Amino acid sequence: MAVGIQEGARDQRWRAPSLPRDPTALSAVALVVAVIIVAATWWVAATIRAIMAEEQVSSTLVDGALLVCSIASLLLLLPAFAGLRSSRRAWTARFASDIVAARVESAAARTWCWFTFGYAATVVIILLIALFIIANDVAVGRTFFYLPLMRDSFWLVLRAFWVNVYIAIISEVLVLVWGLVVAMARLLPGRPGQPIRMMATAYTDIFRGLPAIITLYLVGFGLPLTGMPIVRDLPLPALAIIALTLTYGAYVAEVYRSGIESIHWSQTAAARSLGLSFLQSLRFVVVPQAVRRIVPPLLNDFIGLQKDTALVAIIGVIDAFNQAKIIASNHFNLSPVTTVGVLFVLVTIPQARFVDRLLEREKRRTQAGG
Amino acid sequence: MALLEINQISKRFGPHEVLKGLNLSVEEHQVVCLIGPSGCGKSTLLRCINGLEEIQAGEIRLHGDRVTGPGVDLNALRRDVGIVFQSFNLFPHMSVIENVTLAPIRVLGVPRAEAEGKAMVLLKRIGLEQKARDYPDRLSGGQQQRVAITRALAMEPMLLLLDEITSALDPELVSEVLNIVRELAKEGMTMLLATHEMGFAREVASKVCFLYAGVVHEEGPPEQIFGAPRDDRTRAFLRRIIEAGRL
Repeated sequence: MAVGIQEGARDQRWRAPSLPRDPTALSAVALVVAVIIVAATWWVAATIRAIMAEEQVSSTLVDGALLVCSIASLLLLLPAFAGLRSSRRAWTARFASDIVAARVESAAARTWCWFTFGYAATVVIILLIALFIIANDVAVGRTFFYLPLMRDSFWLVLRAFWVNVYIAIISEVLVLVWGLVVAMARLLPGRPGQPIRMMATAYTDIFRGLPAIITLYLVGFGLPLTGMPIVRDLPLPALAIIALTLTYGAYVAEVYRSGIESIHWSQTAAARSLGLSFLQSLRFVVVPQAVRRIVPPLLNDFIGLQKDTALVAIIGVIDAFNQAKIIASNHFNLSPVTTVGVLFVLVTIPQARFVDRLLEREKRRTQAGG
Repeated sequence: MALLEINQISKRFGPHEVLKGLNLSVEEHQVVCLIGPSGCGKSTLLRCINGLEEIQAGEIRLHGDRVTGPGVDLNALRRDVGIVFQSFNLFPHMSVIENVTLAPIRVLGVPRAEAEGKAMVLLKRIGLEQKARDYPDRLSGGQQQRVAITRALAMEPMLLLLDEITSALDPELVSEVLNIVRELAKEGMTMLLATHEMGFAREVASKVCFLYAGVVHEEGPPEQIFGAPRDDRTRAFLRRIIEAGRL
């Protein structure tokens, strides 16, 4: 008996195809949200214009930009209306008993609504940031983005940024070599290699654990104090390079090591079976493959190193950060430091894209289906 | 004097003894096939001969020269003894021609142009000269294994070890690899191969060795091993192979 009832229920389910959920309410909400966001954008733009007029810094360029943003906000109405249109079509199809068309249109309407919500949320966040900057009589804007000071101090800061750049580049070259040496030392085979392995392990443990700023401080102030010849007379940037190389050498050694260990032992077996020595098989077979794998984590560490060049300010190197701090305290305004921040971000982005491109090309070259 | 003499070798991995006093000899121009159930030590034996694994007891002699124990120049040994692996183990970051010429250039010091010329001759023989500049990943399994054999041959070894070289291949690719081995056998190349291709072993082998529990349990000409095995274990093993339709 029970079986019969169940079968009946199943039959019924089959005969009555489910109707799509009605998207009209959602579409209406999306339209309301879109209208509110557009209004908010116009209001924020008008507020900014008013403030700029008050400060007598208005320019046609900024006005134009505000106008473009305000008009662009109207684009938000497009998906909202598209959603409404699809909802209406869904109703028509439903009355015409065309369930498939009703489903298709309902799904389209919902997708349009989510488009509207997604873009609206993004605009809200941008508006909040703008409001934060102009809040309290543009206090935030004045503190961090005071354009006249940024403009006047720009070249001074940029010149000082060169110090960061060359400290970073020289350190990176040294780190690449030094890290590989340490990694090799950690990978030496056999019992005779044990003391060297232990030294290398101790080194990576210590310098990965030591905060970079402490290493910098000890090397930057300590080495000149020792009064040793040569070391005593090194310029400050050179000491900074030594400190950063010591710190990041430890990181990069671990990156190399994990890269080398990630190459399957069968590759070493194949290389050794052809008569290549241990070092030859590392050099021609293992390391070239490892290097390809470690490029992304290596870039991570390099970006870290580049950012940490700002720490050299504590030992008195006049880098971009130190220079900006000096200007900032002279003018009681942090905007030059913002300039430094922007510069740091700007130099890392192209590197990330470059590495992506590099890996992509490598993949196309060696892998099937390219 | 046999080209390769293996006397009473033992190989342990921790407490697990894989080879237990194994004896084997390979004469020049012989093709010796190792057969036996999985885990009987075929691969381990080949890897020991090439010095990729250390043995704990016994000795291996190549042309009468002892090549095991302390002080042996393994790099020199490996110049004379080539090995081809089940999983090809080509270098994925090198093109076919670079794979083949790496060892001649770096180990033997052959000038690059000469090494590439020789490699092209070898690649032509296996019909892959068109693929010389391609990377291994673009080749089929059969093509990769043919390149791996070529890579070993480029060192002109006096003994070639083949470790189940067709086990990782799709069935229709097996023959293109076996044909190369067939030809090498005809040319008189001395080979020691571990294989599950019993039909092939029966055809090319000068001697078949049945490995069981770390020793050569029975050896003899292929007609005898496959036709009239004397040992019970050999018979049981071959019966299972026949049941699986592989002989």
